[in-house]
Amino acid sequence: MTFFFQLFVTGLALGMMYALIAIGFVIIFKCSQAFNIAQGQIVMLGAYFGYTFLMPLRLPVWIAIIASIGVGVVMGLVIERLALRPLLGQPALAIVMMTIALAGVMDGIAIMGWGGNYVTYHDVLPELTLKLGAVSVPPSSLLGLIVSVIVVAILMFIFRYTKIGLAMRATAEDEQVTRSLGIKATMVYALVWVIACVVGVVGGVLLGGVSGVSPPLSEIGLKALAVVILGGLDSIGGAILAGVMLGILENLAAGYLDPLMPSGGGLAGVFPFIIMLAVLILKPHGLFGLKRIERV
Amino acid sequence: MLKVNNIEVSYLGVIRVLHGISLEVGSGKIVALIGANGGGKTTTLKAISGLLRTEQGQIRGGDISLADKRIDQLGPESIAKMGISQVMEGRRVLEHLTVEENLQVGAYRRRDRAGVKNDLEMVYTYFPKIRDYRKRVSGYLSGGEQQMLVIGRALMADPRLMLLDEPSLGLAPMAVQEIYEIVQRINQERGVSLLIVEQNVKAALGIADYGYVMENGRIVLDGPAEKLKDNEDVKEFYMGVSSSGVRKNYREVKHYRRRKRWLS
Repeated sequence: MTFFFQLFVTGLALGMMYALIAIGFVIIFKCSQAFNIAQGQIVMLGAYFGYTFLMPLRLPVWIAIIASIGVGVVMGLVIERLALRPLLGQPALAIVMMTIALAGVMDGIAIMGWGGNYVTYHDVLPELTLKLGAVSVPPSSLLGLIVSVIVVAILMFIFRYTKIGLAMRATAEDEQVTRSLGIKATMVYALVWVIACVVGVVGGVLLGGVSGVSPPLSEIGLKALAVVILGGLDSIGGAILAGVMLGILENLAAGYLDPLMPSGGGLAGVFPFIIMLAVLILKPHGLFGLKRIERV
Repeated sequence: MLKVNNIEVSYLGVIRVLHGISLEVGSGKIVALIGANGGGKTTTLKAISGLLRTEQGQIRGGDISLADKRIDQLGPESIAKMGISQVMEGRRVLEHLTVEENLQVGAYRRRDRAGVKNDLEMVYTYFPKIRDYRKRVSGYLSGGEQQMLVIGRALMADPRLMLLDEPSLGLAPMAVQEIYEIVQRINQERGVSLLIVEQNVKAALGIADYGYVMENGRIVLDGPAEKLKDNEDVKEFYMGVSSSGVRKNYREVKHYRRRKRWLS
């Protein structure tokens, strides 16, 4: 039983990080009906920035997280201004193509800036250990859990209760209407990209602490896509739930099923996609997607 | 207050839809813009509110000014800020937001909290029906209630000029009457000028001070609403009443009898 809880809690932490990254997907999809293919690259670059802040610069971990939020803000503003604003009013496919290009550029930046090397920094994370009976939570997971819960809570608050959040939700519904009411579409898109980059970078710093950083970390974007599809594309709550679910299931699969595999592992990587397939067969719109309102 | 001077509009740079439209809305007045489908009425409204540029349309010539300031080069956000709010065709409520959130979106750019609160109360007084549904998801309101909501939302921006695009679209005659009565009250009590695009000629000319008739991207006829209502052509082609004033019997309709005089 201890083994189960151990897997469950680390899975929960992993799932919250997935959820955090998936939120970046969801808000961009909500506002521009486009997938952000570069979300995984944002995560990967974020993790490299986390490495730079923590290892060569030796910043305390909380300062490093705040600094990485700053990096996310700048990244979001730059992307919006240079890549997205010229595409305002173009079809969603143009934006998807642009994010594919962005992904390539960011891969290049990772190689130029950090040589594409595998680096780790989990041993500089603070000694936060939590013991629940016999279960002990490793510091990297615990940090991931705490930070992602805080960030998600702040985001939910912004969306639900602030004026700017209302403007974002309104723009997601009907951009023409909100523009005719004086809400600046460019401002909303800039904000959306800032949020997507901030959650990506912060998620990257946290994930990098768990698994180390190398360019293939950007594949996490694909996993986040599975989370988003499972949660229903435009539902933030759905993304959080689906993220947590996938994180836990993936960890349980790794713990219990991997030893049974002839090769001794590898199931954890494909498990999210197996679940995604199963759910999509039963509920093609995902678990919590917004229903299109149709009055009869 | 609003002056549209000889504007030419084309979509995608090649499809010309307005050929020199001029019209004027006086301060505190109601002006109706009527005409058949595809005449360019909605395009005229979008040219005024700046939404044209969100759909690849362009003002090619002429100018538009609001209180002697040119607005034809501005984006929709800046035009909204200057006090023009458009109620778009087809009841564009923000479906997944509640009624009250919809209204708050309308007041987004305003900074005076007390004023916004007052205006929220005012909208609920004009439209008592939607007060009961303030916490409800707006996509589930009935058509008439949605129309009230979008008019209320435009009103929340505290506009000087409201552009209404077919407020009667798809509504029952009773609902149309109700909405037009409220619109008229808004005009009288708040002094908001109105430019109404409408197919329901009778309803629009019923409350308007002045009217313009549009066809094929041109204004073919204009005059005080009272006069337009009595105009033989308008009666014949838009109100379905023959020149003697009696309602037409469809058995006796002979289309070749009357020719649109403005086409000559």
